[in-house]
Amino acid sequence: MAEPKIISFLCNWCSYRGADTAGLARLQYPPNVKIIRVPCSGRVSPELVLRTFREGADGVLVLGCHIGDCHYSTGNHRTAKRLPILIKLLEYTGIEPQRLRVDWVSAAEGQRFATIIREFTETIRALPPFTEAMQWTRD
Amino acid sequence: MAERIGVYICHCGTNIAGTVDVAEVSRWAGLLPNVVVSRDYKFMCSNPGQELIEKDIRELGLNRVVVASCSPHLHEATFRKACARAGLNPYLFEMANIREQVSWVTTDKGEATPKAKALVAAAVYRVAYQQPLEALRVPIDPHVLIVGGGIAGIQAALEIADSGYHVYMVEREPSIGGHMAQLDKTFPTLDCSACILTPKMVSVGTHKNITLFTWSEVEKVEGYVGNFTVTIRKRARYVDQSICTGCGICQQKCPKKVIDEVFEAGLGYRKAVYTPFPQAVPNHPVIDRENCIFFARGTCKACEKFCPTGAIKFDQQDEILTVKAGNIILATGYDLFDARRIPQYGYGRLANVFSSLEFERLSNAAGPTSGHIVLRDGVTVPQSVGIIHCVGSRDHNYNPYCSAICCMQSLKFAHLVKEHTGATVYNFYIDIRTPGKGYDEFYQRLLEEGTLFVRGKVAEVTDAARLPGEEGKLIIQVEDTLIGKQRRIPVDMVILSAGLQPRHDAQEVARKFGISCSADGWFIEKHPKLDPVATMTDGVFIAGCAQGPKDIPASVAQGSAAAARVLSLIGQGEVEIEAATAIVDEVSCVGCQECIASCPYQAIEFLEAQGKAHVIEALCKGCGTCVGTCLSKSISLKHFTDDQLIAEMTGAMWTMKQLARAELEVA
Repeated sequence: MAEPKIISFLCNWCSYRGADTAGLARLQYPPNVKIIRVPCSGRVSPELVLRTFREGADGVLVLGCHIGDCHYSTGNHRTAKRLPILIKLLEYTGIEPQRLRVDWVSAAEGQRFATIIREFTETIRALPPFTEAMQWTRD
Repeated sequence: MAERIGVYICHCGTNIAGTVDVAEVSRWAGLLPNVVVSRDYKFMCSNPGQELIEKDIRELGLNRVVVASCSPHLHEATFRKACARAGLNPYLFEMANIREQVSWVTTDKGEATPKAKALVAAAVYRVAYQQPLEALRVPIDPHVLIVGGGIAGIQAALEIADSGYHVYMVEREPSIGGHMAQLDKTFPTLDCSACILTPKMVSVGTHKNITLFTWSEVEKVEGYVGNFTVTIRKRARYVDQSICTGCGICQQKCPKKVIDEVFEAGLGYRKAVYTPFPQAVPNHPVIDRENCIFFARGTCKACEKFCPTGAIKFDQQDEILTVKAGNIILATGYDLFDARRIPQYGYGRLANVFSSLEFERLSNAAGPTSGHIVLRDGVTVPQSVGIIHCVGSRDHNYNPYCSAICCMQSLKFAHLVKEHTGATVYNFYIDIRTPGKGYDEFYQRLLEEGTLFVRGKVAEVTDAARLPGEEGKLIIQVEDTLIGKQRRIPVDMVILSAGLQPRHDAQEVARKFGISCSADGWFIEKHPKLDPVATMTDGVFIAGCAQGPKDIPASVAQGSAAAARVLSLIGQGEVEIEAATAIVDEVSCVGCQECIASCPYQAIEFLEAQGKAHVIEALCKGCGTCVGTCLSKSISLKHFTDDQLIAEMTGAMWTMKQLARAELEVA
């Protein structure tokens, strides 16, 4: 079976540094997730997520600072409100809601970052490839 | 002009090359669209590595550069500068993180190389869409705010003030001095703490370039590097500092005695109107409203009656002040680990179990017992004393880290006890850690002085006697791991060498100043080795124990280091602020004002006449929350545009698809 292709958007201040922390600690995790750095998880518009699925991603992971720790004080509040609605809309259109995950990782939480990557990769691995799933929807 | 991209794959010694086939990634990157040169090199961040890029920009006419190496948090600035030197706008540079995100987290070479390819392709796709940007330059306000008046803050303040710049120092307690003012002797030289600290405190108090706000706290911080606006709450002292002479008559006359939990660590008393210690700076007392008889019952005012200058002002209110500062140093110190959390050690339950700070006060000539080391009854001199190391440190039930000072502190206690009382002293340790100048020599001296050392973690301190000779004593139950036996050692006094932990409100303070805390709760530095006093927030520096447990020399060194960093910024005169700000397309903007509601900085205004939103560049911090919000896609964030992010994502996706297909064909 093909390896799942996953894109993740990480905020520059907490989760991207959390990924760096995981690296510094040499924590091993599956290579499926490719990281894209954004200033704040609030920058991730629903359209960007949809565009990533359109490009054939099997899963999209958005990670930001914990609520209250946002470098931009309230940028991630928007993420916390906006993306859960998108997850519901995905479900409505027949896309498995597990394909989009929003979570919070601080700069110190390398362990948590690696765990989320492992979990999410396993979740996506259990689903059929996104492009196949979409063909099935079209039929 | 067509894009001409140069790609550079770093080996980072074997850090990357050990796991990623760098030559293969480089070969493959050379085939990507618009790439005119692709190289791999041992250390891209080294001088020859940077020169390689500069040379290619000049000779091959590169107009885009991608470096695949470590995290951009480490070397983005390095490579941006290299590009700028060769005349390329630094925003036309992009970095792929193939160390922290690939070689360090993937052991399988067969997995690491394709992942590195995907990240490099993502960067190559992205960089083609990047646009040159000019960073805004703003002047740096030369005033500096220092929060915390312990030894680290004092050192930083004096360095900066002596070089001619103005310092605002905010201290929560009535006097500066911090924990160091409470200590008796300092290891390993055994010079008196107050003797070396108080002259520095006086210098701070009298320096023409230092404005001291004691009994005050920072309420709010706004702005950015070079231009912070800080709101300070100066709590009501009920003493007019402009008239008070510090004569101390109010303290003599005040009828209300209160246990001093802060400075005397609960061992001594102070009055309701007090200065924490006689050498306090400023030497102006405060009235403790909670305990003052007048505030409780409406009568008394003894202090007011006897004050010769009429400085007591019961109607004083908290003052809210705002100051402007270009840089901030946080030197907020530590809290002592609360030994009550380890009930089996009996602190707070068994009278003669003391904490390390209590012992400091006990052995201090200016302390409540005038330096006589006695039991809690105030008269009995102990015949035997047990000192327990690592209390609350190196223990996964409490704090996993080593508190760095406790070994030396315990050795110091052992010496002082022996010197003052001649008692038998036992040290109960896990490991002795003495990594400092003259530290191990001090340990050797203690061994020669006849202090006894028992290697083992103490299980319990109890007053339940079981054997003859244990009655009326505290019995220390411990496994002596060097002889492999359980021992019960009766002593008169136990000192718990409690560890250091982050201030209880460190998290809150971190949020206020826009920095973060480690998992243990200490402030995080920008780089653990190479940038130990800077933080991820430009213009905010940290020093002393707020960054992690350390002794006095290390705190002083960090205070000076932070001052040097601040002075170098002030010396530059102006600072570049992020050019990646948001911009509104005024043609497609429908004027719904959703972006205005989403902006955390009120950086977007509504132009009533045109019915359009408009970004005020100097206020925009570049988070892009407005971009995620805009329904008509009329607002974009420079350097993180939709085009750029979609290109990056497409590059990664394309590679993953390509490589999967190639794998299928092979199969």
